Amino acid sequence: MTPKAAPKAALKAAPKSLTGWFRRHIVAIAGLLTLAYLILPNIVVMVFSFNKPAGKFNYSWREFSTHAWEDPCGVADMCGSLALSLQIALWSTIGATVLGSMIAFALVRYRFRARGAINSLIFLPMAMPEVVMAASLLTLFLNLGAELGFWTVLIAHTMFCLSFVVVAVKARVLSMDPRLEEAARDLYAGPVQTFLRVTLPIAAPGIAAGALLAFALSFDDFIITNFNSGSTVTFPMFVWGSAQRGTPVQINVIGTAMFALAVLIVVAGQLISGRRKKSAPTG
Amino acid sequence: MTAPAEAPPAPVPPSEPAPMAVRRPPLRRALIPYWLLLPGVLLLLVFFALPLVYQASTSVQTGSLEEGFTVTWHFRTYADALGEYGPQFLRSVLYAGTATALCLLLGYPLAYLIAFKAGRWRHLLLVLVIAPFFTSFLIRTLAWKTILADSGPVVETLGAIGFLDVTGWLGMTDGNRVLATPLAVVTGLTYNFLPFMILPLYTSLERIDPRLHEAAGDLYARPAVVFRRVTFPLSMPGVVSGTLLTFIPASGDYVNAELLGSTDTKMVGNVIQSQFLRVLDYPTAAALSFLLMAIVLIIVTVYIRRAGTEDLV
Repeated sequence: MTPKAAPKAALKAAPKSLTGWFRRHIVAIAGLLTLAYLILPNIVVMVFSFNKPAGKFNYSWREFSTHAWEDPCGVADMCGSLALSLQIALWSTIGATVLGSMIAFALVRYRFRARGAINSLIFLPMAMPEVVMAASLLTLFLNLGAELGFWTVLIAHTMFCLSFVVVAVKARVLSMDPRLEEAARDLYAGPVQTFLRVTLPIAAPGIAAGALLAFALSFDDFIITNFNSGSTVTFPMFVWGSAQRGTPVQINVIGTAMFALAVLIVVAGQLISGRRKKSAPTG
Repeated sequence: MTAPAEAPPAPVPPSEPAPMAVRRPPLRRALIPYWLLLPGVLLLLVFFALPLVYQASTSVQTGSLEEGFTVTWHFRTYADALGEYGPQFLRSVLYAGTATALCLLLGYPLAYLIAFKAGRWRHLLLVLVIAPFFTSFLIRTLAWKTILADSGPVVETLGAIGFLDVTGWLGMTDGNRVLATPLAVVTGLTYNFLPFMILPLYTSLERIDPRLHEAAGDLYARPAVVFRRVTFPLSMPGVVSGTLLTFIPASGDYVNAELLGSTDTKMVGNVIQSQFLRVLDYPTAAALSFLLMAIVLIIVTVYIRRAGTEDLV
């Protein structure tokens, strides 16, 4: 695709008139504007992490300062809540990814009874506003007399991330060519070997996507946590509370650092894989 | 699904009764899906389905926190809740619907750009769509308080180009303010759920064979026609799941209304949250939650019928 596309695009880009250029690139312009809309709040968060607000709230600019970056954990309880959120996200991601992938494989690869019912059971959590799930889980925990805290949050997160993993993995497994596995079997690979050396590597991007999604959903979850955490404070709960009490600049530092870290990891990954495929022409 | 090569001397099979030993390979095979399904389905049954039963029972209870609640089949709670919080229900549907339409409008060009035109930038753009997730959405929603601040550059510009006159006429803004108006809430909702629109759109667009575009072009279809007759219909699964993934969470959201809105923009999620966590009127809260679920399920079912895509999951 790339070797041909590059010179063609260069030829196209030669502008005949401004409106012509505009019309040709209207999709790109609209798309990039949407991207700007998506990124703008992150830029604001970043800029305001260098603010020194006058009052308790960090909503309007006063002066440049790096005090928050020098002391990111200087706010009581914030870093503890962050650690807790990461911990919950990690465990619920592992749980949801393993259980979700298993379900996805079962749904795509096997015929069995109650298929429709199981499909709906997986679809419904996504077809329901989060607040409904949150409220009903709370009624369950209240009725059982369960103590709200780490475990109730972990269970809730694993439960609602599960469906998203199933969808992500299922999409990938569905698009897999079954003949690849048949070929492996024809070449005398046993079922375990076929699964480990053919099926799993092909499904890996779907599983990875599901895991990433689960992690992001859990780490960032507020509504279900709000209902079921009791007095346990995850990072989103901390931010929510601070919106009432006063927002410390350190919140922005954490937000910016996580954003930068995520972008960095992926860009680095891309650079490495780009270097491997040196044969591709550099446009 | 042929089963050629005989299974090698079996490693530990899942526990089965001994008399079945002769038929072991086929039976073991038949049981695999159930073993795969068991843990996940159990989790969903206990912590998703069962809670709904508990909530249903709570919604028809009467009593008080001190004396405890008992089931009295008091269905009037539903009527009372709907009567008292009708405006909040209406707002939820309206705001979520508007935000969904805006998400589709804004998200489609970006998904299209990434799928067909981004070339080697594709991965970077995808990362930029997902990366904001790594900053807690609450922090990002609070950032809109800064962006939409009174007499800030954004609001001034919107006022200068007459945008606020239009939204004021639509009843979405009031005078020269954006914060604490429906527009602010819709902006926040659109922003927060946009990636949920873009990603499914991208997935279904990316699957389209680019040769179909070339073929359409070779058959003298103009780009607009190619889009209308080829690309868009083929991206329908993405459109449907994107709108669902946007509308459903948006309709139950209370964060944007709380942080960016005012008491006049409260949605039904706000009511459920405060009834459950502050007022502690569990029956009313449970009834409201069920009503919201019913309304959303009805809208979603009708929509899926209309859109004609049934196999979504």
